[in-house]
Amino acid sequence: MSCEPWQCAEVSSTKKAMAITKPEVAISLIRRANRPILVVGSNAINRKLEGKLLIDYLIDFAKASKIPIVATAHMVGEFLKRGYKPAGFMSAMDIGNRLVDPEWQGIDGKGPHDLAVFVALPYYMQGLILSGLMHFATKLKTLTLDNMYHPHASWSFPNAGVGIWAENLKVMTSKFEGGQ
Amino acid sequence: MTRKNVHLKIGEMKTDTGLIKNLEVSVGKLIDDSWEEPMGPTPMPEITTLRNWDLTLLNKYKPFYLPACDLCCLCTFGKCDLTGGKRGACGLEIGAQSSRIVLLACSIGAATHTAHARHMVDHLIEKYGRRYPLDVGGLNIKVEAPVTRLITGIKPEKLGDLEEVLDYCETQITHCLSAAHTGQEGNNLDFESKAFHAGRMDQIGMEIGDIAQISTLDFPKADPDAPLIELGIGTVDTSKPVIMAIGHNVIPSIGVIDYMKANNLGESLEVVGLCCTAFDITRNWKRGKIVGPISWQLRFIRGGFADVVILDEQCVRTDIFNEAERVKAPVIAASAKNCMGFKDRTDDPADEIVADLVSGKTPGVLILDPDKVGEVAVKVAQQVAPKRRNFTVLPELEEIKKLAKTCRHCNLCRRSCPQDLEISEALKDAAEGSIKKLTELYEYCIGCARCEQVCPVKLSIHSFIIKAGEKKMLEETNFCRCGRGAIQDIEIRNVGSPIVLGEIPGILAVVGCSNYPKGGKDVYDICREFANRRFIVVTSGCSAMSAGSYKNEEGQTIYEEFTGDFAAGGVLNVGSCVANSHIAGAAIKVANIFAKRPLRGNYEEIADYIHNRIGAVGLAWGAYSQKAASIAAGFWSLGVPVLVGPHGSKYRRMLLGREDKKENWEVYDARTGDKINVGPSPEHLFQTVETKEEAMVTIAKLCIRPNDTWKGRSIKLSHYIDLSKRFYGLIPQDIDKFVRTEADIPMTMKNDILEIIKEKGWKETVIPDPTLLPRLVRKKKEIK
Repeated sequence: MSCEPWQCAEVSSTKKAMAITKPEVAISLIRRANRPILVVGSNAINRKLEGKLLIDYLIDFAKASKIPIVATAHMVGEFLKRGYKPAGFMSAMDIGNRLVDPEWQGIDGKGPHDLAVFVALPYYMQGLILSGLMHFATKLKTLTLDNMYHPHASWSFPNAGVGIWAENLKVMTSKFEGGQ
Repeated sequence: MTRKNVHLKIGEMKTDTGLIKNLEVSVGKLIDDSWEEPMGPTPMPEITTLRNWDLTLLNKYKPFYLPACDLCCLCTFGKCDLTGGKRGACGLEIGAQSSRIVLLACSIGAATHTAHARHMVDHLIEKYGRRYPLDVGGLNIKVEAPVTRLITGIKPEKLGDLEEVLDYCETQITHCLSAAHTGQEGNNLDFESKAFHAGRMDQIGMEIGDIAQISTLDFPKADPDAPLIELGIGTVDTSKPVIMAIGHNVIPSIGVIDYMKANNLGESLEVVGLCCTAFDITRNWKRGKIVGPISWQLRFIRGGFADVVILDEQCVRTDIFNEAERVKAPVIAASAKNCMGFKDRTDDPADEIVADLVSGKTPGVLILDPDKVGEVAVKVAQQVAPKRRNFTVLPELEEIKKLAKTCRHCNLCRRSCPQDLEISEALKDAAEGSIKKLTELYEYCIGCARCEQVCPVKLSIHSFIIKAGEKKMLEETNFCRCGRGAIQDIEIRNVGSPIVLGEIPGILAVVGCSNYPKGGKDVYDICREFANRRFIVVTSGCSAMSAGSYKNEEGQTIYEEFTGDFAAGGVLNVGSCVANSHIAGAAIKVANIFAKRPLRGNYEEIADYIHNRIGAVGLAWGAYSQKAASIAAGFWSLGVPVLVGPHGSKYRRMLLGREDKKENWEVYDARTGDKINVGPSPEHLFQTVETKEEAMVTIAKLCIRPNDTWKGRSIKLSHYIDLSKRFYGLIPQDIDKFVRTEADIPMTMKNDILEIIKEKGWKETVIPDPTLLPRLVRKKKEIK
């Protein structure tokens, strides 16, 4: 496993995401957060892990962890097709823009989020949004669930193959089911 | 024209009082004002003249920054780390630094178009004289330069009149650029305002460049029936010598065409273009062909199709001479801005240059005389073609399968690919004998060849992809409507009312480069969807080519399927990058010709009109360049929303409205002075979208304007709801913000929508005569 950015030139400067070596770390971060949110991008239907689409892993994970999902692009339709209603949907830029606003009361109107978990946006786009949040959402922590290292997040999984990725998502889902 | 320099020189004159010798008198400017319209409030605005207007928009659509770099390394105090709220040695923080980069990009873009226009105007004046009349549409166009008239207050009539306009632009762009120097601006919104100003200059630069070439070079003049031009690599007859031009400035290619015509060689050679210069070649000479967008440079050269490559300016791969040398195709650099390191042979005899290029003594030359470019290119092509015999560096398929076995599967190719293409997997399959996956990459590859730069075993991966896609490439035989230029005044009169009232649901301008996330088909799909929905679809640049590169079920390209009229359901290609000015010009002309708003030096009022009443949206699905940034800035400044595809996020700053903040959506009712909440219409000024499905829903929404009549709003909402249901699987959740009265609700959806909006506590509101400018309120009362 490598902690280099997935896209070689996407280097960070003085701040770099902490690498998550075990899925338990991500679980702990989500459990410790008071108001986490999961932002799911359009690659959720483009990535297949062990014969199953990423979106289906994410639905399992969201159901287990109870983390609210904000779907970007046209993913809301994909979630609804699968019988899962996300907490909200908006463009990736809109959710980023709201997360930098300390007065935004969150997707459910109950208060600002303290952890934003990102997954499945185009790598470069997700990286830029994470950079915006790193600079302008000073009270927010960010975590990515992709198998691509995102240096601008607070925490990120390192680059890994889809097998490890699938295993991580399965472990995370099972731990929530077992732990809550 | 309003001003002229007056310079009097007397060699010798006898008078009653004595002899005068060598007298020179300069009286600066003489006003020669034949334009009857009174001058508006802001002719030739300086960089702060329209600042209040800019800030009005920037307050409504606040910047959301996405810093691509955490550091600043622009001065020797640096590098400065701007993370964690730290300021650099100059005091700048990351938000302002991000805006500064936006300003730099917009200034570069504006300078590029304006320098292009300057070269064009200087050259054409030299050839045709200052008094050559401007004509962009004959009797069909009286407002020949709407952008120029609006911003400068000048009504140009002759080629020479354009010089002063360019003088003004060059001054302003210099001011804009200077504001990016260390220790100038420090506030992010002031940087943004100056970026808007650069965008305004860019619009003028583009307009001047295009009206100069339309007037002189026999281009279509606002012609909805401009001819269909052959498009695609498959249309090129490689049995003839092939001259390929790359870039944006057509003057050297005109030299080629003129030489061919003068020597009766019109049928003997192929002249093809790539990127915008292709449009302008074919606007001048219908036998020219359009190879394709900017991203196809390597495809065409490595495929061995070109016998001579002419480089003019902008968006040319800077390593193209290396690539051309590999296929033994001589290169002629023909722009002072793009000398490519070649020796300047402008003053050498043409035959000597030809001999050196044909013999291979030199792989390329710089020639800054377009007529000489023409003679040299034709002669070289004729002599080189029989020797080259379409020499290609594309490997044979068996060779690819063999070389693929040497791949280490380190994945660096994928990790360097802007598209994240699964190259390693494709090579694995190729090594096992199947090129199917490599073939599939052909459609999505944007031709940057970064994969090859990082390959540790030096595989020519891009060439593999081209070869695998060769069959498809050679079958690319399509049509693109020749760039028509401006929109006729009569067309504006015909559609002005339905546009402003909302009955034509919108104008969609699909423009810009080809850095697409998933190939050009998305552009075609989006254009066709909205043409079928009776929007007016305008195309330009590489997007216009991509729109023409696919066919419907009946084998028609989009330009054959739909008319070229500026009317509901039309798909019209205005032309090259500089023709983008006609899109802004059309919006301006709706305000001026249809609504009779004063045009001259009256920027704020016209922009306010466009922003509140004309449902226009720009889509730059594959925008990559600084020019695209400045083009967008020109539209932001006019209040026209611009969408970019996912790669556009790298412009690192969005201008986003907040539909959840009600207070952001108030306008004045010009009739009463009351503040009316009109909802998020339009919601954003600059936004990145992720998928074509999201783009389509967003386009329909961004066409909504406060001024829509209930009938117009109902039509617009029906498209928004329909697309939302199709791609999102539900009725838009923000629908309550766009319904002002029950009459706004599309009839067939009334019950469903009413139920949703009543649940949200919706209340009926009025339709105002909307404006953001207090001075336009007709009823005098105190406005807070």
